[in-house]
Amino acid sequence: MILAIAKREFRSMFFSPLAWVILAVIQIILAWSFFTSVDYFFSIQSELTTIKNAPGVTDLIATPLFEVASIILLMVIPLLTMRLISEEKRSKTISLLLSSPVSISEIVIGKYLGLLFFICTLLLLITLMPLSLSIGTELDLTKIFSGVLGLFLMLAAFSAAGLYMSSLTDNPMIAAISTFGLLLFLWLLNNNTASGGGTNVLTYLSLHTHFAPLLRGILNTRDIAYFLLFIAGFIVLAIRQLETQRLQS
Amino acid sequence: MSSLISVNNLTRHYGDFCAVNNISFELAAGDILGFLGPNGAGKSSTMQMLSGNLAPTFGGISINGIDLLENPKAAKASLGYLPENPPLYKEMTVTEYLQFCARLHLISKSQLDNVCDSAIERCGLGDVRQRLIRNLSKGYQQRVGIAQAILHSPPVIILDEPTVGLDPIQILEIRQLIKTLGETHGIILCTHILPEVQAVCNRVQIINQGSLVYTSGIEELLNKQSTRYDISLASYVDEEKLASHDAFSKIERIDDHRFIADTELSAEQLSAYIVKQEWGLTRFEPRQTSLEQIFIDITTGDTGVTEENLGDESLQTASLEVNT
Repeated sequence: MILAIAKREFRSMFFSPLAWVILAVIQIILAWSFFTSVDYFFSIQSELTTIKNAPGVTDLIATPLFEVASIILLMVIPLLTMRLISEEKRSKTISLLLSSPVSISEIVIGKYLGLLFFICTLLLLITLMPLSLSIGTELDLTKIFSGVLGLFLMLAAFSAAGLYMSSLTDNPMIAAISTFGLLLFLWLLNNNTASGGGTNVLTYLSLHTHFAPLLRGILNTRDIAYFLLFIAGFIVLAIRQLETQRLQS
Repeated sequence: MSSLISVNNLTRHYGDFCAVNNISFELAAGDILGFLGPNGAGKSSTMQMLSGNLAPTFGGISINGIDLLENPKAAKASLGYLPENPPLYKEMTVTEYLQFCARLHLISKSQLDNVCDSAIERCGLGDVRQRLIRNLSKGYQQRVGIAQAILHSPPVIILDEPTVGLDPIQILEIRQLIKTLGETHGIILCTHILPEVQAVCNRVQIINQGSLVYTSGIEELLNKQSTRYDISLASYVDEEKLASHDAFSKIERIDDHRFIADTELSAEQLSAYIVKQEWGLTRFEPRQTSLEQIFIDITTGDTGVTEENLGDESLQTASLEVNT
């Protein structure tokens, strides 16, 4: 049942122009960013040969690409998540799901999986760009893998937060704006704390703190656990939220 | 045989407002139950609770013998529900949508096409099966909603205003469909179109201000002896004179010549009685105790069922039936 819901969710994204437009826009922007990184790499290539332990193609092209992608998607994911539940509530289609023999957890997880399928598509398109360099040079594939994993976890975390925000309201716009606000706040947490001590907790809570090591190729269970907990936490909140609405509405 | 739906002391509050107050009823196989009530009476809240969309504040519901609150997934498997607004994903085609619904209702992949085809045929959707639901007329959308509710042949079907937006021919078709379905399924039909209830249902319930105020079989209702007559008499008979006769339990004057009389006598006896009195009978019409009359009598009382309301002839029998 979860899969039936996930499949419908995934397909319905492509029924509207939104998904296509988002894929296209992201691809264009990232392609431009990719292109400038490649250009920059060529301009400093001669200097690199003189440095000992110089950064490689992967560090100079793939890593910045993932970094840029994460920032752009911070703004785009709320647009994808906003309709997940709020639209169902607004058009009353949620009563179809609620009167079917499926539990609320299955509905929420199904919808989340549907979105993850879309994110995988997006991620595939992004990853193809640095991978195309392997025609001409040798890449640090494990580092790329780590970066892709980091980006995936990051986007999955964004989506989980967006899913929860979408369950709170029946207005997609409000869901999008509050998701964006929450994500930006969580992202910025670590920048504020650069100056002072005693803010380790805040730094730890920031999404970026856990994303950066993965980009650098450091696979740390602590970071992965953070993302998984983040995702699970928001999914459970969304389920609870829908349960409560059934009691109160 | 156990009942398909049994509802016990169902109550629902929204804050301080009590939308559904302690209602209990049962639905047996082969029943088509007409659920009536004015706007805001608690009809839709009750239907939402029966379909698991809304949790009751208090009380129990069991569907096909399975408790909806303790074992919701199993209970909902025996349920087909068409809400007031048909829950349609408008960006899908009719076939896609029905296949999705069938998957939701645990129909195996091998059965999928069969089940969808038969629902499409039953609801007359053959011509539009590949069209996007968004582009269909309201009537067709309504039919897709009905198709969704009967798709998996659930033992219990709840239809909330199923004929809204249909043209007269479609209404007849859908009524026929509901009747056919009613032979093998238990159906709750929620509506405020009274002739529809008379045409389709075999039982009627009226809910007003959250309480069930009337329950009756439709046969009994239609066969009930009229006890109220509309009579016109020559001018020299006045209200007091009529009231002094024991034959009438209540006399109501409409104008100089016309009276509404309540009596125990049958139409035959009463007409003979009046002629014998030589009152100059010019017009004599037994009033039907139609569903409409009962509905209006019940729902226009300010506080639902009061003693005063129940004093009314037709309602005295009604209240007896509630008790049985």
